[in-house]
Amino acid sequence: MSQHLLIFPIILPLVAGLLLLWQRQGAVLVKRVVGISATTLLVIVGIAMVITADDDTIRYYALGNWQPPFGIILVLDRLSAIMVLTTALLALASVIYASAGQDEEGSNFHGLFQLQLMGINGAFMTGDLFNLFVFFEVLLIASYALLMHGGGKGRTQAGVHYVVLNVAGSSLFLFGLGVLYGTLGSLNMADMAVRVQYLDATQAGLTLAGALLLLTVFMLKAAMLPMYFWLPRAYAAAPAAVAALFTVMTKVGIYAILRVFTLIFGEKANHLANISLPWLWWGGLATLVLAGIGVLSARDLRTQVCYMILISVGTLLIALGMHHESSIAALLYYTIHTTLITGGLFLLADVIDDQRGKAGARIVKSRPVLQPTRLGLLYFIGMISVIGLPPLSGAIGKALILLSAEASERAWLWPTLLISSLCGIVAAARAGSTVFWHTSAGEPSGTPMGKLRSIGVYSLIGSSIVLTVFAGPLTAYTQAAAEQLLSPERYIQSILIRDTEGDAL
Amino acid sequence: MEALYAATTGILTACGVYLILRGRTFPIVVGLTMLSYAANLFLFSMGGLRTAYTTIIGANMPYADPLPQALVLTAIVIGFAMTAFVVILAMRARGDLGSDHADGQRSDEPREEKQ
Repeated sequence: MSQHLLIFPIILPLVAGLLLLWQRQGAVLVKRVVGISATTLLVIVGIAMVITADDDTIRYYALGNWQPPFGIILVLDRLSAIMVLTTALLALASVIYASAGQDEEGSNFHGLFQLQLMGINGAFMTGDLFNLFVFFEVLLIASYALLMHGGGKGRTQAGVHYVVLNVAGSSLFLFGLGVLYGTLGSLNMADMAVRVQYLDATQAGLTLAGALLLLTVFMLKAAMLPMYFWLPRAYAAAPAAVAALFTVMTKVGIYAILRVFTLIFGEKANHLANISLPWLWWGGLATLVLAGIGVLSARDLRTQVCYMILISVGTLLIALGMHHESSIAALLYYTIHTTLITGGLFLLADVIDDQRGKAGARIVKSRPVLQPTRLGLLYFIGMISVIGLPPLSGAIGKALILLSAEASERAWLWPTLLISSLCGIVAAARAGSTVFWHTSAGEPSGTPMGKLRSIGVYSLIGSSIVLTVFAGPLTAYTQAAAEQLLSPERYIQSILIRDTEGDAL
Repeated sequence: MEALYAATTGILTACGVYLILRGRTFPIVVGLTMLSYAANLFLFSMGGLRTAYTTIIGANMPYADPLPQALVLTAIVIGFAMTAFVVILAMRARGDLGSDHADGQRSDEPREEKQ
């Protein structure tokens, strides 16, 4: 049973998704129950994976029992366990929130939601580069449909940009894969990591081109400058529950960079050792600067959260570019924090939108919200946490990243990160006082936040407090994950050498 | 053969990139299609181009690399599905936004009269 644990994060949403697609219309309650219970099971699977990965062995699951490097494998290490659990927690809160009514604005919400989860989990688990492409496509095609859930001009408009960019990105991914297969002769990540060490110097240039093509695609997914312009529009247009789930999609890009460029093109890659680092470092700094300006310019609460995501993406890319063990450990902690909190803020912006009549989520003077104390406090806690003011989890994450910088890096990192955080404080203070205090006379409209919506919003924004309280064990876990990532030979050994058939490889 | 193959792939890619950068959705869709064709051709050749190799392992002959064939099949299917989705999306955008411009702007050309 435990041996098959690795396939569950993919099989479970697949089966649930297929069941939910069975009937397009009606049976609302059944769909909600199936959707929520499948996601709850996924959380349990995620917890089991985190516990299983804690013994520091890297397990793999050979699909169809075709042993690596020939078959497709799923790999469970600390990093993939953390990512799957984070996704499952975020998804559970989103699907509960959506069950308050948002899922009925269009058709097939729950089925698509599960298929999207399958794509995301598959991307986190796979140990094969072509399979990573396939799971990217699974998660993308589900996200195209979810983005336009409910329809409307804004969503169609944002959808055109999002879909075209991602389809073009997929072609680039294929070109990159083709080049790498041509020079390295394998697509199994562990096998590629071995082969790149013995790469002929004449092939190094070509392999570099392939690797940088992959980096471009992952940066498009992670939304790095100059490829982030699609993000604010798409995420702000998406329905709140979908936007909340999308916050993990930029982290899929971050994850892919972390996996491929520590394992295959890491320290040991001979001619191509650590090729991604300057790109990530300078790209991350530039993203951070522009995201700081963007957050000041936002005229809508949702756009503001989008730029908060971009600030976090910039921070994560910088931490990737530094490539110390401590910075990778810090970025993993920060990833969990920022995924959950920005997801919660999207849900909160939707609740505020609902209670402000025509003004919606725009940052303008308008009638007061129906529940000013409750929403105001949630906004306050969420923003403090996402910006990184003490005492909540954002401060811990950012402090860990700031501390992990070496002296020469601090001159660049500290001012940029701190000034972008200051921009975030100014923007959040202005938006919060406009929405909650500068209100005109008028009766509040809309409906109070119901039970399901409250569960979604409270659990995501409240996760900041949980992350702060349990920061000790969490950082210990991410520290061990960073150690695991920076010694790729352990990954390679556990996949290529240990062979159940006893064949020497 | 290699030069012809490489030139074909290169020209397809160049045309695809040019068309994607156009403003209207129809050229963009055609451009995406061309780019995915180019990617498929490129994948197909990634194991090296050889003629007269057998496709079945077992006979005492050199055999062709089977992996690119499997991969290109996957890529074709995925590319086809994505293109179909983009076509439908472009039509939806034309209907919703009243314009076939990728940024949703009203076109300068006179629009066809509605009955």
